[in-house]
Amino acid sequence: MTVLSIEDLRLELPGASRPVLAGVDLEVRPGQTVALVGESGSGKSLTSRSVLGLLPPGARARGAVRVAGEDVLTMTPARLRELRSRQVSMVFQDPRAAINPMLRIGAFLTESLRANLGESKTGARGRAVEMLAAVGLTDRALRQYPHQLSGGMLQRVMIAAALLADPALLLADEPTTALDVSTQTEIVALLADLRERFGTGLLFVTHDLGLAAAIADHVYVMYAGRIVEHGTAETVFAAPRHPYTIALLEATPSLAQPDGRLRAIPGRPPDLRTELTGCAFVPRCTRATGECHTTVPVGQVACHHAGGTDA
Amino acid sequence: MIGFLARRLLELAGTLAVASFLVFGAVYLAPGRPETFLLGGRGASPQLLAAIRSQYHLDDPFLVQYGRWLGDVLTGRFGESVQYRSSVLALVGSRLPTTATLIGMSLVLVLVFGIGLGWLGAVRGGVADSGVLVGTSLALGTPSFVAGVVMQSYLAIKLHWFPDQGSGTGFADLVYHLVLPSIALSLYWIGMLARVTRTAMLDVLGQEHVMVARSRGVPEAQVLRRHVFRNALGPIVTTAGLIVTGLVISTVLVEAVFTLNGVGAFLEKSVTVKDFPVVQAIALLIVAVFVLVNLVVDLLYPFIDPRVALGAREGGA
Repeated sequence: MTVLSIEDLRLELPGASRPVLAGVDLEVRPGQTVALVGESGSGKSLTSRSVLGLLPPGARARGAVRVAGEDVLTMTPARLRELRSRQVSMVFQDPRAAINPMLRIGAFLTESLRANLGESKTGARGRAVEMLAAVGLTDRALRQYPHQLSGGMLQRVMIAAALLADPALLLADEPTTALDVSTQTEIVALLADLRERFGTGLLFVTHDLGLAAAIADHVYVMYAGRIVEHGTAETVFAAPRHPYTIALLEATPSLAQPDGRLRAIPGRPPDLRTELTGCAFVPRCTRATGECHTTVPVGQVACHHAGGTDA
Repeated sequence: MIGFLARRLLELAGTLAVASFLVFGAVYLAPGRPETFLLGGRGASPQLLAAIRSQYHLDDPFLVQYGRWLGDVLTGRFGESVQYRSSVLALVGSRLPTTATLIGMSLVLVLVFGIGLGWLGAVRGGVADSGVLVGTSLALGTPSFVAGVVMQSYLAIKLHWFPDQGSGTGFADLVYHLVLPSIALSLYWIGMLARVTRTAMLDVLGQEHVMVARSRGVPEAQVLRRHVFRNALGPIVTTAGLIVTGLVISTVLVEAVFTLNGVGAFLEKSVTVKDFPVVQAIALLIVAVFVLVNLVVDLLYPFIDPRVALGAREGGA
C-alpha cells in the first residue's frame, strides 16, 4: 500500500501553450522519504501542491492523485478539508510568509485541530506543547508572536504544526531555501528524525541535489512538467543516466573535488508559451538526434539515448 | 503604556491650545459685527453700540480678548450666546443628544454596510464585486445634502414613510426622525469604508499565509474571519477613525436639511449671525472629538497588530 500514488497527472493552466504537468507518475510508501528534484518552473511545487488539492485558479487536472487509495482530484470540499487536517500536511518554503503574523504561535498551532477534530482547548494545547518539544521548542513559544522568533524557530513551529494531527504524509516544499546554511542542516536533520519517529512518509521538494542525496531513499528528477528519471538515491546520484540528471550533477559544487570547474547547463528550460513536440530537453542536450525532436521519450529514464543499461 | 499615555495627553493639550488660538482668531477675523445682529438691523445711537461693545469686550486688543476667553474656557465658562442671551454650555448641551444619536446611528450604518459590502466585493468577486464598485462610486459621488434632499422629498414628503423634519419627542421618536438623516449622512462614508475594506482584504487574500491556512484544512469562514479580515483591520480602523470625524463635520449640512435641532445646525445658524461664543465653543468641541478619536485609534493599534509597540511609533495627533 502506498501513502501517495500520483498517476499520469496532467495539469493545464489558462494561457499556457502546453500542459504545466504532462503526465507525472510518483509514489511514496509509508515511512519513505522521496525527493522531487528540478529547476524552478519544472512543476515540482505544483505536483506537491496538487496532493493537497491546492490547484491554481482555472487549472484543469487529469489523471489521479491518490492518498491512501483515494483520489484527491475528485474529493468534495468537505472531504478535502478532512484530508488536509488529518492525512496530509505541508511545510512551506518561507515560514515568515506562511505563518499569520497577527496570531500567537499557540493559536496558529491549534486552530486546525480545534476546527476539524473537535479538540478541546486544553487538549489541543497539550498536543501543541508535545509537538513543540519534539521539534526542540518550549511551551513559551505558545504565547509568542511570529516576529519574536527566528526563521529557524518558525520553521520548527511550521513542522510542529504539520505533524500535529499525526499525518501519514508530509510534503516539504523547499523547506530550507529561506533559511541560513547552519539552520538548513538542523531542519533537515529534524525532518529526518521526525519521519523516523512518527513513521511519516515524506515528499521532499528541492532544487538542492546535495540535500536530496542526504535525506532521500528515492529520487525523482523533474524537467518541464515530466519526470525524466527516477530511482533509488544511490543509483540516481552514483550512476545518473538521463542527460539532464548528469548535467545537473555536474553543475553542483562538490567538496570532494573543489578544483573541478562547474559546468553550467547551457540554455534555459522551455517556458510555458513554447509548444513541445519531442523531448523538452533537446535544445540543451548534447546527445539529441532527429528522433528526440519528434518523439516524446518515456520510461524510468525518459531518454532515447540513456546511458548505462536499462533496468 | 503609562509613558505613552502621558505623552499623548500632553500632545492632546498642545493640539487643543493651538486649535483654540486658530478658532478664536478665525472668528475674530471673520467679516460682520455681532452688535449689528443684536440690534436686529435697527439704527442705534453710538452710545448704545459702545455699551454693547464694552459688554462683550469687543474693543480690547486681540491678544487680550483671546487671553480672557481662554481663561474662561479653562475654568469651564463658555460665556453667553449673543443670540439667545443664555449659557452657551446649556444651549450646546441640550442639542448634543440629537447630534450624538445621529452620529451614532450613522456610524453603525457605516460600519455594518461599509465593512459588509467591502467584504462581499473582496471575497465574492465577479458580479458582486462590480456591483460594489459601481455602488460605492455612486455613494462617493453623492454629497450628503443632495442625498438628504432627495430622500426627504420622496420618502418623507411624497410617501410619508418618514417625518421630513424635526427631532420628535422622546428617544424612540428621535431615532425614527433620524432614520433618513443618518442614511443621508452615512452614504458617502459607507462608500469610502467599503472601498478601503475591499482593498485591504484583497491585499491579505493574496498573502501566502492565507493559502497555508487553507492547506491546513481551516474552514473557509474561519480563514476569512481570522486570517483575512483580522489582518486587514489596520486600514479599516484608521479609516473608521477618520469617518467619525468626517461624520461630525457633515452633521452641519444634514441637520440643516432636515431642520434638526442639533449642534451642527446650531453651529451653522450661529456662524450666520456671528454668535461668536457659540461658534468658538462648538469649534473647540469638534477639535476635541478629532483629537480624542485619533488617540483611541492609536491606542487600538497595538491590539490589532502585535508588531506595533506603543511608544515605538512616532505619535502625532
